[in-house]
Amino acid sequence: MAIRTPSSLAARRRLQYRNHRYLTGRNTIITLSINGTSYAVEVDPTTPLLWVIRDSVGLTGTKFGCGIARCGACTVHLNGSPIRSCVTPASAAVGQQITTIEGVNNGRPGLHPVQQAWIDEQVPQCGYCQSGQIMSAAALLERNSTPSDADIDLAMAGNICRCGAYPRIRKGIKRAAGAINALRDQAQADG
Amino acid sequence: MGKWTRRAFITTAVTAGGVVVFGVAIRRGDRSDQVAGLVGSDGDALFDVWLKISPDNTLTAIVPHAEMGQGVHTSLAMMLADELDANWSQVRIEEAPCHKEYANYALARGFSIGDADFPSWLIDSVDGLFFRASQVMALQLTGGSTSVRTTGQIAMRVTGAAARAVLLQAAADEWQVDLEEVYARDSMIYHDASGRDATFAHFAPAAATLPLPNKPVLKTSGQFRIMGTSPQRRDVPAKIDGTARFGIDTTLPGMKYAAVRAAPVFGGRVASIDNASVQDMPGVRKVIDLGDAVAVVADGYWQARQALEQLAVVFDDGGYGDREQGDIFRQFAADLDESAAQHEEHTDFSSGDAERSLAAADQIVAAEYRVPYLAHATMEPMNCTAWVHDGKCELWLGTQNPLEFAKSAGKAIGLSASNVTVYNQYLGGGFGRRAFSDIAVQAARVAAEVHYPVKLIWSREEDMRHDFYRQASISRFRAGLDATGKPVAWHNHYVNKHEPAEAPHIPYGIDAQLIVYTDSDSHVPWGYWRSVDHSLHAFFTESFIDELAIAAGQDPYTYRRELLANAPRFRAVLDMAAEKAGWGDTVAENFGRGIAVHRSFGSIVAQVADVEIVDGKAIARRVVCVVDPGYAIHPDGLIAQMESGIAYGLTAALYGEISIRRGAVAQSNFHDYKILRIDEAPAIETYIVNGGGPLGGAGEPGTPPIAPAFTNAIYDATGIRIRTLPVSQYDLRPGNLQDQDVA
Repeated sequence: MAIRTPSSLAARRRLQYRNHRYLTGRNTIITLSINGTSYAVEVDPTTPLLWVIRDSVGLTGTKFGCGIARCGACTVHLNGSPIRSCVTPASAAVGQQITTIEGVNNGRPGLHPVQQAWIDEQVPQCGYCQSGQIMSAAALLERNSTPSDADIDLAMAGNICRCGAYPRIRKGIKRAAGAINALRDQAQADG
Repeated sequence: MGKWTRRAFITTAVTAGGVVVFGVAIRRGDRSDQVAGLVGSDGDALFDVWLKISPDNTLTAIVPHAEMGQGVHTSLAMMLADELDANWSQVRIEEAPCHKEYANYALARGFSIGDADFPSWLIDSVDGLFFRASQVMALQLTGGSTSVRTTGQIAMRVTGAAARAVLLQAAADEWQVDLEEVYARDSMIYHDASGRDATFAHFAPAAATLPLPNKPVLKTSGQFRIMGTSPQRRDVPAKIDGTARFGIDTTLPGMKYAAVRAAPVFGGRVASIDNASVQDMPGVRKVIDLGDAVAVVADGYWQARQALEQLAVVFDDGGYGDREQGDIFRQFAADLDESAAQHEEHTDFSSGDAERSLAAADQIVAAEYRVPYLAHATMEPMNCTAWVHDGKCELWLGTQNPLEFAKSAGKAIGLSASNVTVYNQYLGGGFGRRAFSDIAVQAARVAAEVHYPVKLIWSREEDMRHDFYRQASISRFRAGLDATGKPVAWHNHYVNKHEPAEAPHIPYGIDAQLIVYTDSDSHVPWGYWRSVDHSLHAFFTESFIDELAIAAGQDPYTYRRELLANAPRFRAVLDMAAEKAGWGDTVAENFGRGIAVHRSFGSIVAQVADVEIVDGKAIARRVVCVVDPGYAIHPDGLIAQMESGIAYGLTAALYGEISIRRGAVAQSNFHDYKILRIDEAPAIETYIVNGGGPLGGAGEPGTPPIAPAFTNAIYDATGIRIRTLPVSQYDLRPGNLQDQDVA
């Protein structure tokens, strides 16, 4: 697995600056595995994972909404399970597999079935919450590919959508479930 | 540059590097050079542009409105492309840069006319007057549900039709055939008799030399090929893979981060700051006293937040530190009493003699309603990235009003608006909040203190406590019914009128009406909130008409229907909602059904809500929504906006409450300012009536009717009349309610 340091100029300068000034500060270098790539970042390890993903690594698809795990905009997967990165210290993610919206299809080409369903059902409006919605939906379908309405309510109630795209989110999940099951059936038929 | 050969508001076309640009200018002038450098890439030269045609036959529509989820980029481009007979798959969309040339005169006019029904001013009345007015007001506003019905109708469609006309003329000239024999289809021009065809791009350079028609003929709805269909929105793909750039995603070389805390009490100021309390914290670069707020700049955002938490700062309360929410309502009530006693109310609307009709009525019904302050709570907290350098200021954020932002931010740091550039990003929710430039002013002031770009992000708590709030209000009604139960008098007295002017007006045929209001100031900042005054008045008036129906012993739907005899569009919408909802059918136990109809921003919307009472809580299970926008340009987009407006309004009706405690906002985050979640969201069925007439809006009209439909349904289920929102404060189990605000 490749070790990659943040490539943006801002991040590089930040690291240089810190190395110069805070040799004995609270910052340490931690290594995070995000979407299958390792990133060595120098941060205070108590920093919420959200800000490390966004600002240190530069993956801005994961959003800040509330900071108290009440809205779900910051949802990422930790070893496949949805977590709220705004309240998860970066240190807790060391050695774990982190997946963000940018890697939701796990390196496969094209779109995740949830993403495709989101286009087909024209789910997003402002779109700000949708990374989190998609991560929660993808995690739901990973463990339950035939979710009932109650299953959807349970899995998605942590994700607020201020544009009220809920009817379409529900439809999108059902459509994605159909696509996932069709793919699975096809794979089984192909033996 | 191109020739300006006429005074018409449709200008001219220009070619450069093979690109041809057609535009609408309101007046002739020399302003185009200022725009060229902003929109054009290499080889392009642009006017007041809404359309450019490239050599590969792609068409680019320049859209002067912000995309905040309402699909406006797609809808506006559709209007242009349809008039042009363009191939939709070859149409690209760009948002216009922040520039005064894009000042939205149409919105200014819409707001100043006030009413939803515009006169037929589509072409003839574009006289520059309102353009000038809007320039003065620095509007490039997205709001008032006006993008499609004004910019679309005026700029987009007319430009498309005018460009099509000269393209056809150029083809006829080149082929030396009669103009009547050539036609356009899918970005091609055809001459069937000779079997010739060629692309728009082929004729574009010649077309650009022709005078544009002053009054191009627009299509009738039967001729539409793109309008009235629902192509996929162009902004959606970037919103499902994390690539859409919102303001908060701005990243610049050398950028630092800022966190800010404003005086908690509106009007408060910084009394003292102890910089020493944070100076040794990692990453901290600067503490800035902004007068009414304090900012901490640090290398990382979390570092800035941590330091702000630690910072010892004292604020004063601006003299409002003892204000409580109860005081505000008591003041409203006292001011209503006082002005009524002194006959000092302002008249909003009057017909007939309401007092005389009340005195003569067989039955008097009276009620008082209250609504609380509301925050916008956009999903993306307020943020702005600012860089002040070389006598200029650059701002990156999502805004509904970029020109005003540039003006205000510049003024705050001593720069003219022309030295401020706003790079508008996707808006993570607008709802009116992003028409206020406070965040841009703050970011510019912080950036002016340092020599690098700064991204300022508000915490959710800051966002909740420093909004511009939907007003709290009290509205009092008296109505007189005759012996048959028919209302013969309608008297309404409420506090604080904002806009739109017609929000408190009713569509019902009641001869004697007197609607009055009284001003009653508070220190809480007022703001546009999705549907603005309609959000409260629809709750008031559609609750009260329901109460009249009940008092008359009549069905709330047929009661309204009888009163809409002279309002056929309202009646058609109401009838369809009742029919689709199965009005009159028996509802299940613990269920209730309520109806409401209201017109706002030119669209009439009726909703029927089915509510279930579960353990004393009301849950909306199903909403049937019928909307008449005149004509739906993008039906699926309109449906999405109805769904969105219902969720927004239902959130407010059920949970929404900002209250003042010791002068400041008591709520802080989503745990105490709850938002409707998917497990509480009703199934929604939306039906569209293309009733004809002027185009109505989409973004706001879905919101006003849902609160009364919801509470009317609660009455149907429980016999409890909710007169003070939000609903969630009540335990609706039988026998539980002693509250004076409910019947």
